[in-house]
Amino acid sequence: MMKNTIQGLMVVAAAALLASCQDTREPNYQYMPNMYESVGYDTYQKVEWLPGGSAALLPADNTVARGKMPYRYENSLEGKEMALAMASPLDSLSREENLEVGAELYGIYCAVCHGNKGDGQGNLVKREKILGVPSYADPGRNITVGSTYHVIYYGLNAMGSYANQLNETERWQVSEYVMKLKEDLTQ
Amino acid sequence: MKKVSNRHPNFAIFAFSLALSLLVSTSLIAQDDAAAAATTEAAAPAGDGSPCGPGDVAKGKQLFNQNCAACHALERRMTGPALAGVATRLSEDEGLDCDWLYSWIRNSAGMIASGDAYANRIYNEYNQAAMTAFPTLSDQDINDILAYVEAPPPAPVAAAATAGAEGGKADSGGISNELILGALTLVFALLVMMLFLVNRTLRRIAEANGVVLEKEKAEKGLPIWKAFAQNQFLVLVTVIFLMLSAAYFAYGWFMQVGVDQGYAPIQPIHYSHKIHAGDNGIDCKYCHSSARVSKHSGIPSLNVCMNCHKSIYEYKGNPEGPSAEDLAMGYTNEFYTGEIKKLYEAVGWDEETQSYANEPKPVEWVRIHNLPDFAYFNHSQHVTVGQIECQTCHGPVEEMEIMYQYSPLTMGWCVNCHRETNVQMEGNDYYEKIHEELAKKYGVEKVTAAQMGGLECGKCHY
Repeated sequence: MMKNTIQGLMVVAAAALLASCQDTREPNYQYMPNMYESVGYDTYQKVEWLPGGSAALLPADNTVARGKMPYRYENSLEGKEMALAMASPLDSLSREENLEVGAELYGIYCAVCHGNKGDGQGNLVKREKILGVPSYADPGRNITVGSTYHVIYYGLNAMGSYANQLNETERWQVSEYVMKLKEDLTQ
Repeated sequence: MKKVSNRHPNFAIFAFSLALSLLVSTSLIAQDDAAAAATTEAAAPAGDGSPCGPGDVAKGKQLFNQNCAACHALERRMTGPALAGVATRLSEDEGLDCDWLYSWIRNSAGMIASGDAYANRIYNEYNQAAMTAFPTLSDQDINDILAYVEAPPPAPVAAAATAGAEGGKADSGGISNELILGALTLVFALLVMMLFLVNRTLRRIAEANGVVLEKEKAEKGLPIWKAFAQNQFLVLVTVIFLMLSAAYFAYGWFMQVGVDQGYAPIQPIHYSHKIHAGDNGIDCKYCHSSARVSKHSGIPSLNVCMNCHKSIYEYKGNPEGPSAEDLAMGYTNEFYTGEIKKLYEAVGWDEETQSYANEPKPVEWVRIHNLPDFAYFNHSQHVTVGQIECQTCHGPVEEMEIMYQYSPLTMGWCVNCHRETNVQMEGNDYYEKIHEELAKKYGVEKVTAAQMGGLECGKCHY
């Protein structure tokens, strides 16, 4: 029986040894790797012969992606001035639903700097990581729904563009929600 | 700080009043207190103060952080120029007085339009980025801000001092731990040695007295392994037991092939989810925005990093400083700042000119979660429609310094969750009828994903 115990212990020890050998820095073995890896290129895959060496490519020049329309104003002071007068194309009858979606998206993308109330006191500002985020109600910046859309599209100064994280409808939904926050702040 | 002699006829009074206002202001927090004391020391002997009038440094700092810091830093070019000593610089180099500054801050666009030479030059130098007008700032507010930028508190010194102190503390903690461990090992070694010595002495005494040890007696009988080999029933049982246990372990090993649970590769840029999602509370979907709307939860492109890291060029850590654990792993503030520089290198960002001047180099991130191609999985279906938290499958990402695969991502794991998870039926008018019918069919109130067809092969394999 003694030998039994010893052998059992040895098996457990060997298993533990094998388990400890497993390196978390390297992926595990696979049964049939050719079923795991596509024949086609994966997103962002390294492909030597493509421009930039990556499968992630820019759209071809002078083309418009299906379902998208180019934005009519350019990224300049004049463009921003023109954008001030732009009205939201969203259906005002479904304003409540749009604001609900806008609030959720605002919470994800904007609130971390601009604050949940739009007063410029987001978490990153409170922790002094990013400074100088203005309140939407700042009288020096007369923001409108159009200029908000413009700034989300292109970014402004230290703020980056959010055009790749939000689609057109979502940008308008967020812009409308920002105007609601501005109203609430000025009251 | 530049030393300027007799720029202003009664500057001494200003310097004095600045020092006085610094000393009497009561709203200063401790660090500002020290900083202000330091500035009075620095400012008074140098004979420098706010060139436009007395100002409150603490109030100026607050105003600066609220209004200016989005585009200006003190010692560093951002969207706009560095502002340390700006009034002095303007009056010295350009011959512009405080009135020019006042009107520039309140309405820069108007000055550019009026054809002011320096206004136009600075406007063009900074890529024609228009400065926001601040008509609400009073002369006194601007004086406060100028007092702050003229005499910035020497914060880095204080920070370095505290960091050093903390580092020392942590180090001493580590040493004392090692000392205790060493002492314990020594005591243990001594005990073992004593045991041996006592054993040997006792044996000698036994031999001297003619006592025969039990062990030697036993050796004279039948050896235990021979006894074992003669008992055939025992041999059979042992063989069966060994075969079963071997099969058990072999099965266990074969089942873990292809499962990457716990896989944590080294990434080209050390990205800490703990700092971004945990400490700073950035939403997962901020960076992984495609998880909301598409099959994949993509790796964010570097412009998403630059949304914040255009402004955040160094890691300043938590107010409480790095923990001893982090320091032991080498995660110092300098280490993280170095990783931010790697990002700048990859995205081609030139810190000097604050523009994407250099050639970008793609970052070769190592993929962690990878489903085989024969399994279909859609993120938006789970994240947006199902309202499943990211953490349900990806674990406590906000606590991970190094990202690892939390779930096994096996079929059994998927199926199990589909059996247990109820479908979100509230507020989903489109499927109301089918939900009702399914609930009636299964005689339940809540329908699980499995009852809705979540176990059918074709749902994921086609």
